[in-house]
Amino acid sequence: MNFFGKALDLYVDGFRNMKLGRSLWLIIIIKLVIFFAVLKLFFFPDILASNYNTDAERASAVRSALIE
Amino acid sequence: MNELIEVVDWSRAQFALTAMYHWLFVPLTLGLSVIVAIMETIYYRTGNERWKGLTKFWMSLFGINFACGVATGLILEFEFGTNWSNYSWFVGDIFGAPLAIEGIVAFFMEATFVAVMFFGWNKVSKGFHLASTWLTALGVSLSALWILVANAWMQYPVGMEFDPAQMRNVMTDFFAVALSPVAINKFFHAVFSGWTLAGIFVIGVSSWLLWRKRNISAAKSSLKIGAWVGLAGMLLTLFTGHGSAVEVSRVQPMKLAAMEGLYQGSVGADLIGVAVLKSNPEQTPDDPMLFSIDIPKGLSYLIYADGEHFVPGINDLIAGRSITAEGDTVYGLSYADKMALGRKARTALADYSKALEANDSNAIIAAEKEIKENFPYFGYGYLEKPEDAVPPVATTFYAFHIMVAVGGLLFAVLLLMLFASYCKTNVLEKSWLHIIGIFSIVLVWICSQAGWIVAEVGRQPWVIQDLMPTNAAISSIQSDSVQFTFWLFAVIFTALLIAEVSIMLRYISNASKTDIEKTR
Repeated sequence: MNFFGKALDLYVDGFRNMKLGRSLWLIIIIKLVIFFAVLKLFFFPDILASNYNTDAERASAVRSALIE
Repeated sequence: MNELIEVVDWSRAQFALTAMYHWLFVPLTLGLSVIVAIMETIYYRTGNERWKGLTKFWMSLFGINFACGVATGLILEFEFGTNWSNYSWFVGDIFGAPLAIEGIVAFFMEATFVAVMFFGWNKVSKGFHLASTWLTALGVSLSALWILVANAWMQYPVGMEFDPAQMRNVMTDFFAVALSPVAINKFFHAVFSGWTLAGIFVIGVSSWLLWRKRNISAAKSSLKIGAWVGLAGMLLTLFTGHGSAVEVSRVQPMKLAAMEGLYQGSVGADLIGVAVLKSNPEQTPDDPMLFSIDIPKGLSYLIYADGEHFVPGINDLIAGRSITAEGDTVYGLSYADKMALGRKARTALADYSKALEANDSNAIIAAEKEIKENFPYFGYGYLEKPEDAVPPVATTFYAFHIMVAVGGLLFAVLLLMLFASYCKTNVLEKSWLHIIGIFSIVLVWICSQAGWIVAEVGRQPWVIQDLMPTNAAISSIQSDSVQFTFWLFAVIFTALLIAEVSIMLRYISNASKTDIEKTR
């Protein structure tokens, strides 16, 4: 088996034989879903990226905010 | 105005909650990775299978902590974009470059070598497995390096130039940013404090095993390693902590004055050991403490290695007052002067904006020159009065002294545990020692969190030292939405923390009923 085959086998076999790791991966997946599919999507928009189309507009918005 | 204060306060509370939650996991990952690597090295050198069993036991606890902590820092980046958009834009690539490097290093090093650590037993050679374990430890430290470099830049902004056209700070010297003395000290202080925390964690878990009279041999061996790593971490944390204090005196003297509750500076300033601040200490600047036990001239000596050196207090810094080695009182820029210069920079920025709209190149050049000259004081232009540049003194003062006092207590615990480990009598079997060991776990996390409170509350009102105060960094958003997400985070983080602690306790309890030293 070549290097890449051995590396793939390491991961596949490792994931297949996990015990404690199953619960941990479940926590990681739940966490990532909550973070990205709920929090990021609904509650944490990138204000400047979503409200302005170009970097020049974003710079202008920040300049206005800092001058006020 | 009240709405702005509410948004700023809720956003700060949210950021503090997220950062403190994130920092529950990070130091244990930093330190436990080293302890696991040391145990595996002993296994590699001796070939004794009991060390393989011990390595696997602590590696599993490392894995639980790693899994629960991973990605919790991402929330901070979400908050930058939503709550702190002015700040995020203003810092430009200074923050982006270190964080990008962190992402790449963390992903490739940790994803590769953590997998070999957990999946590679009996699949790769002993030497390669050991190398992977050490590289994981190195990888987690390198991840911490870049985020700490970014944080250090906020405390001591160097290696950049402000470009009013882009409204961003543009990095001009990567090495000045990455190798600033504040960044180097902060990195080592954080990493070594992680060693201390993990050492105490191992001592605590081992003490519980000894208390329950389970896996005595494993517990004794682990406790000894935990105590050595913890002690090494503690000594190095003390050393780098001193270095940090010296840097703070140089680049953030107001933070140092707040840490010591020093309103009126003096030649030969005392170091406070134990003290209670008066309720309104600013009203009695010559005597701000209800009571205190001081080390005479200790502060001057610690910071300047000269017991007769002048240490400025809060009022001296506001007035720009200092005392020379010859005893002459001299005045530099007061905070009122800096506010005037900061306002000049803000006005010049407004002129720049108008000139840009009018496409008046001469006016643009003139405004750019004015901005550049006064940019070091740009943030002072947002203050209403000089006293606004004083951080919350009581929080900074107590957090600092709690950190030092608890750190001292933990130092004694580490020495006691080492003594008990090598003592020929049966000290290690005493219940009181086990209770101290278990209780120390709580103390070390208090100490670790207190350190960050000093660093972050002590630098207020600045989000970027002297350049941007917190209230200028905030986005134009409603406080209601920030309040809602604050409580949402509180619920999610509490649930995740309960999940981690319960998985960890269940694992320790189950493993304690088996032979930990037996290779599984």
